[in-house]
Amino acid sequence: MTITSTNPEILSVLDRPNSYIGKAVPRPNLDRLTQGRGLYVSDMELPRMAHVVFLRSPHAHAKIIGIDAAAAGRMPGVIAIVTGKDLADVITPWVGVLSHLKGLKSAPQHAIAIDRVCWQGEAVAAIVANSRAVAEDAAEIVSVEYEELDAVTDMRTALDPATPVIHPSLGDNLAFERNLDAGAVDAAFAASDEVVEADFVFGRHTGVTLEPRSVVADWNPAEARLTIYQGTQAPHMVQNIAALHLGLEESQVRVVCKDVGGSFGIKVHIYADEMATYALSKRLRRPVKFVADRVESFNTDIHARDHRCKGKIGVKRDGTITAFEIDDLTGIGPYSMYPRTSAIEANQVVNLVGGPYVTKNYRARARVVFQNKNVMCQYRAVGHPIACSVTEGLVDLAALKIGMDPVEIRLRNLIADDAYPCASPSGLRFEQLSHHAAINKLMKMMDYDALRAEQAALRARNIHRGIGIASFIEVTNPSAAFYGVGGAKISSQDGVAVRLDAQGSVICQTSITEQGQGSESLTAQIVGSVLGVSMERVRVILGDTDNTPYGGGTWASRGAGIGGEAALQAAKVLRNNILDVAAAILQSTPAELDIVDDAIVNASDGSSRIALKELARIVYFRPDTLPPGIQPELMATRHFVPREYPFAFTNGVQASWLEVDTDTGFVKLLRHWVVEDCGTIINPQLVDEQIRGGVVQGLGAALFEKCIYDERGQLTNANMADYLVPMSGEMPDIDIGHVVSPTLETELGAKGAGEAGTAGAAAAVANAVNDALRPFGAIISEIPLTPQVILTALGRI
Amino acid sequence: MEEGKVTPMKAAAFSYARATSVMDALELLVAHGDKAKVLSGGQSLMPAMNLRLISPELIVDIGELAELRGVAVNGDVLTIGALTRHVDLARSPEIASHAPLLTEAIAHVAHPAIRNRGTIGGSLAHADPASELPACMLALNATIVIRSQGGERRMAAADFFTGIYETALSPEELLVAVELPVGRRNPSHFFSEFARRHGDYAIVGLAAQALVERDVLTDLRLVFFAVGDRPVLATAANRLVNGAITPAVLSDASADLAAELDPQGDQQASASMRRHLAKVLLARCVAALLGRPDLCAGASA
Amino acid sequence: MTAALSISLDVNGERVDAQVLPRLNLADFLREHLKLTGTHIGCEHGVCGACTVRVNGEIVRSCLMLAAQTHGAAVETIEGLSDSGEIADLQANFRDRNALQCGFCTPGMLIAAQDLLKQHDAPDRERIREHLSGNYCRCTGYQAIVDAVETTARARIGRQP
Repeated sequence: MTITSTNPEILSVLDRPNSYIGKAVPRPNLDRLTQGRGLYVSDMELPRMAHVVFLRSPHAHAKIIGIDAAAAGRMPGVIAIVTGKDLADVITPWVGVLSHLKGLKSAPQHAIAIDRVCWQGEAVAAIVANSRAVAEDAAEIVSVEYEELDAVTDMRTALDPATPVIHPSLGDNLAFERNLDAGAVDAAFAASDEVVEADFVFGRHTGVTLEPRSVVADWNPAEARLTIYQGTQAPHMVQNIAALHLGLEESQVRVVCKDVGGSFGIKVHIYADEMATYALSKRLRRPVKFVADRVESFNTDIHARDHRCKGKIGVKRDGTITAFEIDDLTGIGPYSMYPRTSAIEANQVVNLVGGPYVTKNYRARARVVFQNKNVMCQYRAVGHPIACSVTEGLVDLAALKIGMDPVEIRLRNLIADDAYPCASPSGLRFEQLSHHAAINKLMKMMDYDALRAEQAALRARNIHRGIGIASFIEVTNPSAAFYGVGGAKISSQDGVAVRLDAQGSVICQTSITEQGQGSESLTAQIVGSVLGVSMERVRVILGDTDNTPYGGGTWASRGAGIGGEAALQAAKVLRNNILDVAAAILQSTPAELDIVDDAIVNASDGSSRIALKELARIVYFRPDTLPPGIQPELMATRHFVPREYPFAFTNGVQASWLEVDTDTGFVKLLRHWVVEDCGTIINPQLVDEQIRGGVVQGLGAALFEKCIYDERGQLTNANMADYLVPMSGEMPDIDIGHVVSPTLETELGAKGAGEAGTAGAAAAVANAVNDALRPFGAIISEIPLTPQVILTALGRI
Repeated sequence: MEEGKVTPMKAAAFSYARATSVMDALELLVAHGDKAKVLSGGQSLMPAMNLRLISPELIVDIGELAELRGVAVNGDVLTIGALTRHVDLARSPEIASHAPLLTEAIAHVAHPAIRNRGTIGGSLAHADPASELPACMLALNATIVIRSQGGERRMAAADFFTGIYETALSPEELLVAVELPVGRRNPSHFFSEFARRHGDYAIVGLAAQALVERDVLTDLRLVFFAVGDRPVLATAANRLVNGAITPAVLSDASADLAAELDPQGDQQASASMRRHLAKVLLARCVAALLGRPDLCAGASA
Repeated sequence: MTAALSISLDVNGERVDAQVLPRLNLADFLREHLKLTGTHIGCEHGVCGACTVRVNGEIVRSCLMLAAQTHGAAVETIEGLSDSGEIADLQANFRDRNALQCGFCTPGMLIAAQDLLKQHDAPDRERIREHLSGNYCRCTGYQAIVDAVETTARARIGRQP
């Protein structure tokens, strides 16, 4: 893996001896996971803990006429059966809107439905018992009388006058609409040599985290304190919201994150059944555990990416792209999700289309409509896959129309690497991207010309391979511009407290969280490097609102850029504090000293002066031996919040090389490449693995994944045999390269990397399939590209 | 199961009996009728119970019945005990030697962990139209051996499968073995299936056994699976035996096949796609059996 | 007659006697009765592989077995394989290569990988992918896992990658 730097400035704090920055060190504390000795919330047991099973609506839309739980309540082992009305005394409803998304409207949602259910899978009652199996037995005999209502299940007709309005108080089924008109789009199309249009259709996805959503809520009535054990990405947000809706003070709620079996954004939202679990614990005055089962997960974990987007591109013969236009429609669930809203994905689509390109003419309309299907919200790469698939699909169509190579058209239109800072037509501000360096590197890595030659040779033998390219930009390190400005109590800053303990170990508490991406490692690497101590000595505490600074958590690829910077700054302060004490002890000055390999050394020649653990011993146990007046401070806290740029944009480009069996419609993924620029790379292995994992989620989108609803709003493939996730047999090896353009907003210079893989993978595959099928004149703008879809496009069936 | 129900994942309560002998198992089945279910490998039964698709009152575990395990050749009959696991079939030298179609097919059945538990008896009794083993039994001209309290009966595999998850087995009977004719002649075989991912149920599959003499197929059994409610022994094979096979002959056979199949449409494939894929498999099969890639226009992936 | 039955089995080399309800599956038995929570539950319909353990030396999906079926059997979980040192090299390679992120699929993945390595000395990448094709991972995209298994295989037969 090579790094081509576009910014050769040396970062002083990171340029330390034995720095871990840029090294592929193994993550600490992995043994507990490889030995099966982690502690996931689904593993947890507390004394007197009860289990909750939710009885869920089989109908997409229905009035609840009555619930008869008498017999179920008498079953041995059943503790309580609780309805939405019962729970309304304990927990208040919520509305998923933010003020900066103008016009966004949604209806109040309760923890358990009252009077009416609005999607198949919405909970209508909670059965609490001493085991999950017993609770399920009881659930089988709870009788609910429903009056079925018409269900809104087609986003295309959701706004028709004849379609029932799900929430009459809102007037219609339009949750949100955004319009953007930049430059002079009509004039641009008129001046184009070719204008191409396509309708892009995307499958509805879900995250399929291997550990389902799990919560243990523990209300201790004697302490009047609620402890929530949950695999959330944003513990302070959960703390804030649980307190708010349960009528508690923030300080009465503690959120603890254990090991999390996958999240990808699924576990960053507020779910009705989890809120119900908190409320049940409070009502029943004992711990209550909720673990979603797999079928339940399919029906209730947030879905994402259910879009139909019309796209249009104008181009001149010389390859200049003149304008982009989109009209995007997305069908969410019956409620906008709380608190991040279900309008963000569509908003991002509008923001991001055309992003890598110089074109200033861009018009967009996005509408978000309610449906009687599962709720929808942010999932890894939020909106980016849609925007990238539409943009890159249109660019390929334009290239085809004028007979230009798809790489050539991109080279002519990607924003130049020296054009920064600049802004997109949708108002996104770019500090420094590297589209050209990235695509040039990609061409070399994949040996583009050789692949084209191979493609041509194989075509002559009726073997159809294709190359697909996708450039993308990615949002990372969001400031308050994402949520805070809209009134969401979601923090966009993070903090790290770091201290030197009495035997020389370094303890860090950080407000970012870990779901496997390496938050613990990046913190330890930064602190170890800046402080001058070995990583083995650094212990990182995360995921506990009682024991970490207040912060946003890990989402939107912000952990490294924001949490990492806080760690860097805190470690710098601690280092200075240590050197102050060392200087006093050694009768020197801080400037003449350094900390290297767990010891205070002479800065000039590196010779050891005193071990850190010895300094700590003196500070903690023998301060009487210190010079007068000295008050040592071996703990420091720093927070960081992005102020200059609302988002730290990254960029990259992906390529897919695949083969289509035109007899069967099956696609074999041969290889995949990504060149990514995420600024300073703290741990290249972790970054590359985030990219690989993200790519494979995008490959799943391209070929396999789709939540299939019937016209009555029933999710028909809610299991792992029918909802197809990528398994090892079908996935290619993925080659990764980097360009490095550090952000100057932080000393660390790191941007985010967690979502880049997912942003562009499906676009690259779709372009590759169309490239492979070029001789047949088939163009497909729908994913997933199943064999059925491909054979239909080829006219074989 | 009520439609639309967001189902539970813990099985409903049931009683459990570990059969000590085949007779013992049969007694239990007679006593409980269709309220009892036989547990052999459990790889199909357990998911159904966990999802509460079925809720038997009694599970009769026949896992200890060693007499129902094993592969043996006696004269011109190869007998496979019903409790023989897929992994044992895969490793069996007798099967590799006498019924290599089966050896090849087993590699497509689910995944290693499933193959360590799943049994041939269980797979055949479960009769999932998309599974591999029922089709192989037809292709291999197998006889199903069934035992009841009244004794043993035998039935051709072609008659055994009667519908989706339906067989000729009554609730009081146990499938105890299959018998494959193993003659002196050396048949050729072909096995292929289209599945989205390794180990998934087939969208369409073909298990074929043939006798090839020079460039002529003197015998051909083409058994398609996942094309209907049971494996289909295609009569289209008749077009292809005892004559030279030209593209025109293959085309006619292909048309016959499309006409005789009545496949279901589902999320994976429409009926017309299944017919199409069946024709692709037919062409690839014939081309492979005869070593004639010219007959197979398609590309390989 | 849905009453509990007695089973006696060997778990990670330790004799276990228990009373279990017939419907209790092996995964729940290990996790809830024996508190061996390293065996994870991801789907309960036999598709994801997170619950993979060894019974009588062979890998099985513990969500598809009844605890009652393990009477007289020897069951090995990830905890047992870890403590015996049998997969120490595989675990080290997983760690070094970052072949795990959230760790939830990892116990099942390690047990399946070890199963492959016991049967094949030098599996190529395609065979590794095939043997692991029934173990779902959402985090890694599989490549790092294949790398780690390949590295282990090579080291075990004394060659360097």
